[in-house]
Amino acid sequence: MSAGKTIAEKIFSAHAGVDARAGDIVIADVDFVMGQDGTSPLAIRALEEMGVSGVFDPARVALVIDHSAPSPLEGVSALHTMMREFGKSTGVHVYDVGCGVCHQLLPEMGHVVPGDLVVGCDSHTCTYGALNVFSTGVGSTDGAAAMASGKLWFKVPETIKVTYTGELAPGVFSKDLILYLAGMLGADGATYQALEFHGPVIDDLSVEARMTISNMAIELGAKAGLMRADAKTLAWYEGRGDRAPAPVEPDADAVYVREIRVDAGDVAPQVAKPHAVDNTSPVDDVVGTPIAEGFLGTCTNGRLEDLEIAARILKGRRVHPDVRFIVAPASRRILLDAIEAGYIQTLVEAGAAVVTPGCGPCVGTHNGVPSDGENVISTANRNFKGRMGNSNAFIYLASPATVAASVIEGTITDPRAYFEGGR
Amino acid sequence: MTIRARAFKYGDDINTDYIISGKYKFKSTDMEAMAVHAMEELDSHYYEKVKPSGGFLVAGKNFGMGSSREQAPLVLIHSNTKAVLAKSFARIFYRNAINTGLPVVECDTDLIDEGDELELDLTGGALRDVTKGIEIPFSPLPPVMAQLLADGGLVAHFKKHGGFAI
Repeated sequence: MSAGKTIAEKIFSAHAGVDARAGDIVIADVDFVMGQDGTSPLAIRALEEMGVSGVFDPARVALVIDHSAPSPLEGVSALHTMMREFGKSTGVHVYDVGCGVCHQLLPEMGHVVPGDLVVGCDSHTCTYGALNVFSTGVGSTDGAAAMASGKLWFKVPETIKVTYTGELAPGVFSKDLILYLAGMLGADGATYQALEFHGPVIDDLSVEARMTISNMAIELGAKAGLMRADAKTLAWYEGRGDRAPAPVEPDADAVYVREIRVDAGDVAPQVAKPHAVDNTSPVDDVVGTPIAEGFLGTCTNGRLEDLEIAARILKGRRVHPDVRFIVAPASRRILLDAIEAGYIQTLVEAGAAVVTPGCGPCVGTHNGVPSDGENVISTANRNFKGRMGNSNAFIYLASPATVAASVIEGTITDPRAYFEGGR
Repeated sequence: MTIRARAFKYGDDINTDYIISGKYKFKSTDMEAMAVHAMEELDSHYYEKVKPSGGFLVAGKNFGMGSSREQAPLVLIHSNTKAVLAKSFARIFYRNAINTGLPVVECDTDLIDEGDELELDLTGGALRDVTKGIEIPFSPLPPVMAQLLADGGLVAHFKKHGGFAI
């Protein structure tokens, strides 16, 4: 009797047509391939060099103009044009300026469903792991090979099982859970490996909050951050796209390389300090640090629930006069829903600057480059030196609640005071 | 083929934003122009030091962590970096390096100092610190990657075989 399999081993077995085990090299069929405006141009060029004029299935490929959208520079505009022309000549999906961030759009449009194997030319492609999709970031040339052939080679990863037990305290969110784990395991704590997230705390989270966790798997070096598909996941897919989910459960006797248990009750609001994502501490350690800019958005925390949390805290309050508060909803759909729910009204009345759905501030292309010496508190996933476009600025990462509380005070603030039962 | 060049040494956890900042990578596909900014966040003189006669980029653990940008290995190639030697590599960077034809060697880089003269014979599997007169052992590339690198990268592999032939 051979041992049971992890989610990763099962998805690779199904897509490679072999009994795939951790450590095996397989050539597997991919269900979907994505590129964004920082990576697609090199993929298009690689396809040209390969002598390939079409893609394996235009319905299974999407190019998303999100990282620098709308274009702030003529050089960027030329790259966007290149993507649009590729879309016209091949028939692949092109999501243009204003549609939103790639990692929100792919699930939102139903392009990726539970059980899929997906690659994207963006490291945060691991986001869809929350939806039971083995999805991973690749470079432009790997992306081009996958677009051309519908296949890619993979090393089947070992899996670390992470179980969150206990209960989240009021004012503590899924962002805090993953920042805590990043601090625990370090930036290379799961390199070449997959993470599988389990436990009652994960079960209780919304699908959106789960995506925040899987999104940051790469910050621990992981190839994927997988979760089971439950009734919530399947309900989330109703009315999205036309592909049927095929959920994959890990076997009870699956072999894990390591098992970690985290008591969520021990987790306080977390902050990742400059200039590393694993440089985390409880918010207490940095309370009072002055900030000049707050940013709410990104593939990590730009979803409706995140805007709702911020709006709840900012309702009837004002952003501190010394702070710029920039809000970028993760997609047009989210922006529309947030307008309808009144969150945008609340945030704008409080003093927020709402910008086009997209990535801009997080990757330093436009829409909020900080000045020399300034501190920024952001809901993004990376705080490397220079990340937001200025090497002399300092980026702190936190949950939407911590960011909202901090922009009111003008200093890094513990959000628990804003929650009943918090402190 | 043996490559001989000097070592330029940096630390652990060097991310792709430090290899090439996001503020440059979205502007263009001209790697020759972008290469001037290679490693700028850590060493604003990297390009002028390495470009004239080439060099080995020597680092600690987890080199190339972070984003999937293929501009990272490309600007290193265009700055005349002959290979990256590190204790360990981040997964996406490692694949991208092989796919674009930049040799990557996992070895004990504590043995190497800034400015050492190194000789690398990838096919023969030998790395020598000429300055110190020592051989530094390294693990060979996985066979799949060795084949892709031997073919000249993934694009060349596809052109040669019309698809994956591994």
